[in-house]
This record gives sequence, C-alpha cells and structure tokens, in this order.
Amino acid sequence: MILDVTHRTTYRYSQPVSLGYSEARLLPRELPIQVNRSSALHVHPVPAMRTERTDYFGNRVVHLSFDEPHDELVVTAHSVVSTEPLPPGSIDHFGDPWELARLLPSQLHGGGAHDAEFALPSPLVPTSATLRAYAELTFTPGRPLLDAVQHLCHRIHTDFDYRPGVTTISTSVDEVLEAREGVCQDFAHVAIGALRSIGLGAQYVSGYLETEPPPGEPRLAGVDASHAWFSVFAPEGGWLHVDPTNNQLVNERYVVLGWGRDYGDVAPLKGVVFSGGGEQTLTVAVDVVRVNGTDGT
Amino acid sequence: MTLTDDHVFEAYRPTDGRRDELLRPDRSVRPAWQEVASVLDQIGHADLQNRRVEIRRLLRGDGVTYNVYGDDSGRPNAWNLDPLPLVWSSDEWRTIEQGIVQRAELLALVLEDIYGPRSLFRKGVLPPDAVLGHPGYLRALVQPGPSRAGAAKADGLVLYGADIVRDLDGYPVVLADFAESPSGAGYALENRLVLSRVMPSLFRSVHVHRTAPFLRMVRASLAARSASVTDDPRVVILTPGPHNESHFEHAFLASQLGYTLVEGGDLVVRRGRVYLQSLGGDEPVDAMIRRVDGEWCDPLELRPESQLGVPGLVEATRRGSLAVANHLGASVLECPALTAFLPQLSHALLGQPLLLPQPRSWWCGDPQALAHVLAHIDDMVVKPSTPWKGSRTLRSRQLDDADRAALLHDIAECPHLFVGQEIVEPSTAPTLNARGVIEARPVVVRTFAVADHDSFVVMPGGLGRVGGSLDEVFVSNQRGALSKDVWVLASEPEPTSGFWLRSGPSVSASDPAGALPPRTVENLYWLGRYVERAEGLVRLLRTVVDRHIELQDRLTPGASGTMERLLAAVTHTTGTYPGFVDRPDQGSDPLPELLRVIVDPDVPGSLAATLNSMLASADAVREQLSGDSWLALDSLTRTIAPLRGAPVAEAENLLASALASALVNLLAFAGLAGESMVRDPGWAAMDVGRRIERTIQLLALLRATLTQGGDTAAESLTIESTLVAAESIITYRRRYRSQAQVATVLDLLLLDPDNPRSAGFQLAAIESGLAALPRSRAGRTGLDADERVAVEAHAKLRIVDTRELATRHEMLDGSPPSRLVMATTIDELRGLMVDLSDAIEKVHFTHLQRSPLLLHLTEGSGV
Repeated sequence: MILDVTHRTTYRYSQPVSLGYSEARLLPRELPIQVNRSSALHVHPVPAMRTERTDYFGNRVVHLSFDEPHDELVVTAHSVVSTEPLPPGSIDHFGDPWELARLLPSQLHGGGAHDAEFALPSPLVPTSATLRAYAELTFTPGRPLLDAVQHLCHRIHTDFDYRPGVTTISTSVDEVLEAREGVCQDFAHVAIGALRSIGLGAQYVSGYLETEPPPGEPRLAGVDASHAWFSVFAPEGGWLHVDPTNNQLVNERYVVLGWGRDYGDVAPLKGVVFSGGGEQTLTVAVDVVRVNGTDGT
Repeated sequence: MTLTDDHVFEAYRPTDGRRDELLRPDRSVRPAWQEVASVLDQIGHADLQNRRVEIRRLLRGDGVTYNVYGDDSGRPNAWNLDPLPLVWSSDEWRTIEQGIVQRAELLALVLEDIYGPRSLFRKGVLPPDAVLGHPGYLRALVQPGPSRAGAAKADGLVLYGADIVRDLDGYPVVLADFAESPSGAGYALENRLVLSRVMPSLFRSVHVHRTAPFLRMVRASLAARSASVTDDPRVVILTPGPHNESHFEHAFLASQLGYTLVEGGDLVVRRGRVYLQSLGGDEPVDAMIRRVDGEWCDPLELRPESQLGVPGLVEATRRGSLAVANHLGASVLECPALTAFLPQLSHALLGQPLLLPQPRSWWCGDPQALAHVLAHIDDMVVKPSTPWKGSRTLRSRQLDDADRAALLHDIAECPHLFVGQEIVEPSTAPTLNARGVIEARPVVVRTFAVADHDSFVVMPGGLGRVGGSLDEVFVSNQRGALSKDVWVLASEPEPTSGFWLRSGPSVSASDPAGALPPRTVENLYWLGRYVERAEGLVRLLRTVVDRHIELQDRLTPGASGTMERLLAAVTHTTGTYPGFVDRPDQGSDPLPELLRVIVDPDVPGSLAATLNSMLASADAVREQLSGDSWLALDSLTRTIAPLRGAPVAEAENLLASALASALVNLLAFAGLAGESMVRDPGWAAMDVGRRIERTIQLLALLRATLTQGGDTAAESLTIESTLVAAESIITYRRRYRSQAQVATVLDLLLLDPDNPRSAGFQLAAIESGLAALPRSRAGRTGLDADERVAVEAHAKLRIVDTRELATRHEMLDGSPPSRLVMATTIDELRGLMVDLSDAIEKVHFTHLQRSPLLLHLTEGSGV
C-alpha cells in the first residue's frame, strides 16, 4: 500500500520570537516492511541552522534553530511511504508463554542487551503495583504472549473511553488509569506500563493511521492527527506492534515515524523559544491519503 | 612518642574498636602526627579555643557560606572549620593518590564507552539494566559512531572527586565517586588559606603539600580541551544561581580561575555555538565548568521544565564547539549499581584490579547478589541504584520492624533498583567540638582530581568532614558537618607559588568589558543603590537621633517644628508610610517608630530590609568583589542586631553606637569600591547606581525639610540638621559664615559642581558613568534613552534659580507660606531620576535572559 502523508504544524506567536530551537521527529524511519519513496521537511521561516541525525533509538531527527524575528513557524513533513503487511509467520514466535519473553529480572548478560531498557520504567511511564495488578488480570501463568497482549488491548479498548482533550502530555499514567479516559498516547502508555510492570519489554511508537471515511461520505482532508501505539518484545520474534486504541495488530495501513521509551522520546515536534512574554497558538493538520489502490503498485 | 600528663591530647579518648588517626591503641602518637602533635601541644588548649574563634571570624570575613536546603532563614549558613587538621604521611598519600588516578581513569573509560560504542553492555561486563534506568544516563548524548573522534576528548570526565575513609586496618577505602559536578575543592582551598593564617607555627614546623597549584592544573586542563584554537579560551562556570548550596564555591572558583560566572540565562546558542551575552556584545564560549546537573542543562533536548539551562546546548556539544566539564551525562557514573561492577570493569578495561578497595557491593538485579543481600541485610547499607522520588540510603539495622519489612518488600518487588553495600566504619580523628573538648569523630575526606593529557592529577589534600557524632553513618555538608583541612606531609619544603605562577603558556588579558554578563552589571548597579540608600538613611537617622536627644525638652525655640520635619523626612525618604507623616503625636515619642524603621526587615525601605537587599545583590556578584569587601558587608547586619528585640529604653542607649558602626562599615565598603575595584563597566554601573540613589535621597530630604513654611527659629534649626544629614555642614559654615539661608543651602546642595554631595555633582558623574557603559550605537548618532534623561535632568538642574526656589508664597488657605516653586522643581527632578533608572534598566539590562523561555505547546497524538 502506498500512503501519502502530509503533516503540517503551525505555531503563531502574539509577539515576534527572535530565537527559537526545535527538534522534529517527523520523517519516517526505514523498516523491512516500510520503505520511503520520498520524504522531506519544509520549514518556514528558513532556519539559521538545520542538521539531521539519527537519535539513540535510530529515529530520524532534524534539529532546527532560528535567529531572525518571526511570528509564525510552519513545519511541513511530506512523505510517500510504501508499506507491506506483516510477513506470514512473523507472529508465530509470540505464541510461547509470556514468561519466556520477560527481560527483567535480568537474564541478559550480553546478547540483546539493548532491549532490556524497554522493560525499565521511563520518565513518562513509571511501573507500579497498580499497573501490575491491571496486567496480571490478563497475564495468567503460561498464557501465550500474543493471546495475552491481544486480551490486554481488548480490555483497554473496553475499559477506557476515547475522549480527546481530557488529557495533556503531562497527564500521568496513574491519572489515566484512574479516570479511564484519554487518547491514543494515554492508552499506549497504560499498555506499556502494564507490560513493564510484569517484566516485559515495551516501546512507544509514533506514527500515522489511514483513517477511512464513514460509508457514503467523502474523505475529509486535514482531519487526521498523528497516532501512537506500542510494541512488545519477544526474544525470538522481535517487536510486535499493537494498537490498543483500535484494538488491533498494526497492519499496512499504519506508517511508523519512530519509537522510544515513551512519548517524550519521540514527540513529533518540540521546541523552545525566547518569547517577549507573548502567547502562542498551535494548529496541526495531518493527511494520510492512500495512493494508487491498495496493492502498492 | 607517648603523651605526657599535661599534653593537649592527654584527655583525648578514641573509641574502642575504631581506628584512630592520631593515636595507636597503646595511646602512642602515630609517626605522621608527631610534629603536629607537639606543636599543637605548645599552642595549648586554651589558645586552640582562641584560634577557633579566629577561624570563624576569618571565614565570615571571607563570606564563606554553605546554604542548607530547607533552611528558611533565607541567609546562607556560615562554613565551619576545625582548627585541628587531618594529617597523612606522604607514603599513605601515595597509595591514595595512585588509587584515585586509577579510578578516575577507569571511570573516564566507562563514560566514554557507555556514551559511545557501548561495548561493555554487549560484552556482558556491565548489565544494561543496572545503569540504563538511571535518570542521569542521557540518551541524547549517546554518539555511537566514530564520527567525531576529534571532539571525543572534549567533554569526558575532567573533574573527579572521591570520598575516602580509612577502615579498621587503616587502609583507605573509596566510599563514593563524584562525577556530575564534584564540589568541595573550593572549600578545601579556602580552608587551607584560613588555617595557614591562623596556625602559622604549625605550617612552619611541618612541610605540607600545597593545594593551590591544583587550580593551575584545572586551567591547563580546560584550555587543552576547549574547542577553540586560541591560547586563551573563554571559559565559563555555569551556576544554578545564588540559592545553590555551594554558591560560595562557584564564585570562589570563578574569581580564582579568572573565569566568568554565568547562569543559564546569560548564555545563548546561535547556529550551534554558545555565546556569552555581555554588555559589549555576544562573545563565543569555548569551554564550561558546569555546576548545573546535566539533566537540567538544555530544555530542548533534556528536561523541558528547566529554567537553569541553555536551549541548544546539547547540539553545541554534539558539534564539538563547546567543551563541557564534566560531560553532561556524567552523573550516571555515580550510580551505585555501576559502582558495584567497578572491580570487574577494572579488569576488563585496565587489565588490573582496583588499587583502592571500595565497600563490597551487590546489585540486586543479579539473582545471586539478591539472595546474598537478603541473607545479610542487617550488615548492609541499602542504596537505591537510581535515585527516585522518596528514595534514601538505609541501614536496615537502624529501621523499625515495619520499615524493615517495607524495605525487604521493595527489594523483592524491584530488585534491580537496589544495591546492598558492606558497612565500613570510618576511622576517627581528634576534633575540637562546640563545647571546647577534643573528641574522636568519624572523618571522611573528599579528594579531587583533574584530567591531565592522558591521565589525572590529584590535589594533595582534600576536604575533610567530620560527623556530628560517632554513630552518624552519613557525613554530609547538607547536615551541617564540620570541615577539616587535610594535610599531606611533604619530605621537604615546596617552593611557594600562587595560582598564577608557572602557569604554562602566557595568557593575554581578556577584555574585562566582554566578560560581564548584563545580570552581573545589573546586580552591581543595585548594589550601588542599596549601599548608598543604607548610607543616606544611617546619616539621616543619626541626625534625627542626635536632635531628638538634644531637643528632648522641646524648650529650644523651634524644637518641635524641626523634629516634625526631620521625622517626616525619615518617612518620606524611606517610604515607610504612614510613619511620622500626618501623625504629629508620634513625634513626642518617636523611638518605637524609629526602631521599626531600623530593625524590622519586613518593612520595605527599613534599614534592615535595605541591608538584606544589599547583601543579596552582593551575593549575586560575589566573584566581582574583593575578599575584604565581605569584611565590611558581612558585619553590617550585626551592627544593628543588638537593637532587635531590645526594650526601647535599652535600645535608646545602643542606638548611637549601632548607627555609628553601621556607618563605619558602609564607608569601608565605599572606600574599597573606590580604591580596589577595576574601573570597568561593572564599576561604572555601581557608581551610577550610587549617584542616582544619592540624588534621590537628597531631593527627598530637601523636599521634606525645606519646602514648608514655619518660624525662623525652626527654619534655622532645620537647615542646620539638613546640612548635617547631607554631610555638608562643615563646608557650609566655612563658606557662608552668616546665618543659614535657604538660597545658599540650595546653592551648596543642589548646584555646587565641586561639592561631592550636591545633586549637580552627582548628575555630572552620572553622565560620565553612562558614557563608560558599552553600548551598540549601530550607526546612530543620537543618544540612548538613558543618556537623554540624564542630560535633561542635569540641564533642568543647572537652570534652577535658587533665589526663586527659596521664595515663599502666600497660601490661599491661610496656612503658613510655602516654597511652591521649590516643591514642584524637586518633584520634577525626582521624577526624572526615576525615569533615568528605568531607562538604564531598559537600555542595559534588558537582554534575552529577561525573555522567559517558552516551551512550544506539544502536539498530542489524536487518533
């Protein structure tokens, strides 16, 4: 499938900003089942300095800095990505009892050392007894990992109300667990916290999902937003991406931007400016449009 | 050597079962101490007490403080030093020195690996989950590729500290490593300076290794590491600000090393390069000693809520344009879980065992280690392997049953978050306690090392700290421990050398103007204003108090009218309304209100409040002031302290002498400012501040005393008092022998360009002071706002006709004739002085750091 993604973020400042710094994680990474046909980041005004690098997690990051007064910042990421469904058999390794996938307590001396850190608490996703209790309802002894993960997703999908605007990026996982409502990143954080609390490795994934219009209505442009889900680790199988918001495994209708321990590692765009004490407004528009049918040709 | 009956240490009783630094179990003096012990004996017990008092005086005079968190008094705590040093022989020292060098080298290699190739994780020498959960492991700083081999050395482990104790056998043991921003070296150097002044006979009798040359090594190290190719890199010390617990040390090191002390807001990153915003324009920064924790150094890539850092700093280090000492992510080296693996790491990286032992440690993330810790929990200290909210180091034996059970539960739940560590009983050293008794106290020594070309150099000595009691497990400054100077004996005398001799490549003097951040200049400006405000107020109060005593019976003609005006002047100049204004009844017994204006720090404008503001400004520019300045400033608050809380009758007796000694201190500070400070823009700002304040005070005084009508007797008494308060009575008497006239008083106090107390003199000095401040005219020929206001005020003053000002006008409402023109002229001039101060703030001090950092709203994920 070929997906054409446009993600435009606009900041408007009530007073001109003379110095600004931003980091954008808006360009998709390359994966075996996800190939960039093109990807570009357009920035207005023209930044004084722009550098691209790969971050700790392997994500593409563009560092921007501005040193001329401006009252508007527009960052537009445009990518054409071809995606493939998961290869057959790739979820087979997730059929073993979940205990075999535990990364903690530490059994790793050498080998897949890198993955162990995804079982540790992270700044936005602490582990807790509450989260573990939530996970243990599903992760009964010997249950196959895939089955348990899917059941966990199902429960999050049913237990939590999808309600934009009730949470912010600073809402804690405990608060979300208490209020039982939030958006995709909250659900991903809850799932990650639950998995880590029982010793499993889990990552936060930032990306997009092609949204289909309701039957009979034309697809509206610009209504989409960026999306987030989680992935879970199995020693033989690697990382399996799962979307608790939509209660399904991630498929070829998803585009991956990047991953990290939690939202803080992969925020699509973050920035700091020296303000004259003014205000800012933020508008985001995302289009994920399918190109040329479904077969990617 | 054994102790005679009358020896100063005769009554000293080390604790059984602990090793003592001074005495062997048979009470003979250990060899390293013999000379020291006999000189201390000659000094004698009584004189030791005197020296302790002298030490306190000197430390206070140098303004040495250590701020304790949670102390609400608002004033920093005074630093405390034991007159008895800790003595180590050069052989003992050699072992320690080699061990510290090895440990620093090892930690530097670990740091390089875990922020670079990360091979230690892959090889299984260091379990990743032992350290990757540590908040100080900053992923933004990891650079796996070999891409910047050249810059790799720039910001590794440069400064290192280790806490050393000696165990029961006298063998040195490393208790803790300090790699984030090792503090204490400045205090150690200050301790040496003070002790060598107080105990000169001791220093003559034994040869002690000098510690001061350590700073030269720091300079050389920073110079070698800085990115710029210049021989004289611009190095800054980044401090969290005057509220940090060791701010004294930041300022001390800045002034000793000749580096600029900056806060995050003083720096700005442009195109990947760090600049110091300074009065003369932005200057590139090549290297930084940071005293801000790494996580807080860049709100863009690290903790977004930080107001202490500089956005873009991480990118600057990534590009190699700035060397940071230490590496922003160095705090992970302090992680107890990592420490537990150092013996293995030493074999893996250096191919040799650790030279200095450390307490045996078990990281509970390893199942075998966990079992061991749980089985021996009562013989251990349990440390959190990563600091988290509420985490503490615990000694299970000291816990009650419930807390102990909770600890065991927590360990079982999250074993990888805990490290069990063998308990080491530190040796004891003789310490002069607060009751004047020499007693045995546990001692910990912080040692310091700095990176040299490919190794490390250790300061011979260190910062000793003694616990408050024998049982105290953790000796820390936060708990207000007493410090000790640590002496490493040399076999022969070392040549005396200051910080600057033999300092390698010659260093050109950098432009002093460039090195001053606007924040510093602003604080100097306000320091000038507060000092002058205090001085003016003290003079006025003295005059008022003298007059009050003199005219107590109010029999002298004009007495009550004079007192009324003088007291009103106190209220008007301090702004402590209602005070004496419109409340003539206060005038009959003015002392309670006068005392309030003097001692109550909660009354804005009071002398106590002014002195507090003055000290806060001075504290913020500590590194700009000479050590002697603190002699004058620090004792100022103590001059009025006896008045606080004293009964009025008693306070009345103390008042005159308290005000006199306050004045002496203020004059001493003014003298130092005049004679000891370089005439740089900072000085100019301080002087302008002083003169603006003096003008405002003078105008307020004249307005309150001379504009109203009144009988001739009251007027002439008032004029005389005004001249006294304005420090011009002698000149006036000499010049105008006749009776006092308002017009001639105004000639002298307003216009006279030769009277250093006149408004005209101040305005001329302000104009030249403003001309000394750097400014960017950028092709303009006109004046800046501050210069325009100054010129306007001066012109307005010069066209004043004092005869006209002195003329009284009949009042329509029948009240006594008043000097209306004088009142309006003074009001206009005062308005202009306030405008001038605002304009100076706007033109010179409003830089970027005044613009708050605004975090971009972040977009949540929607679908």
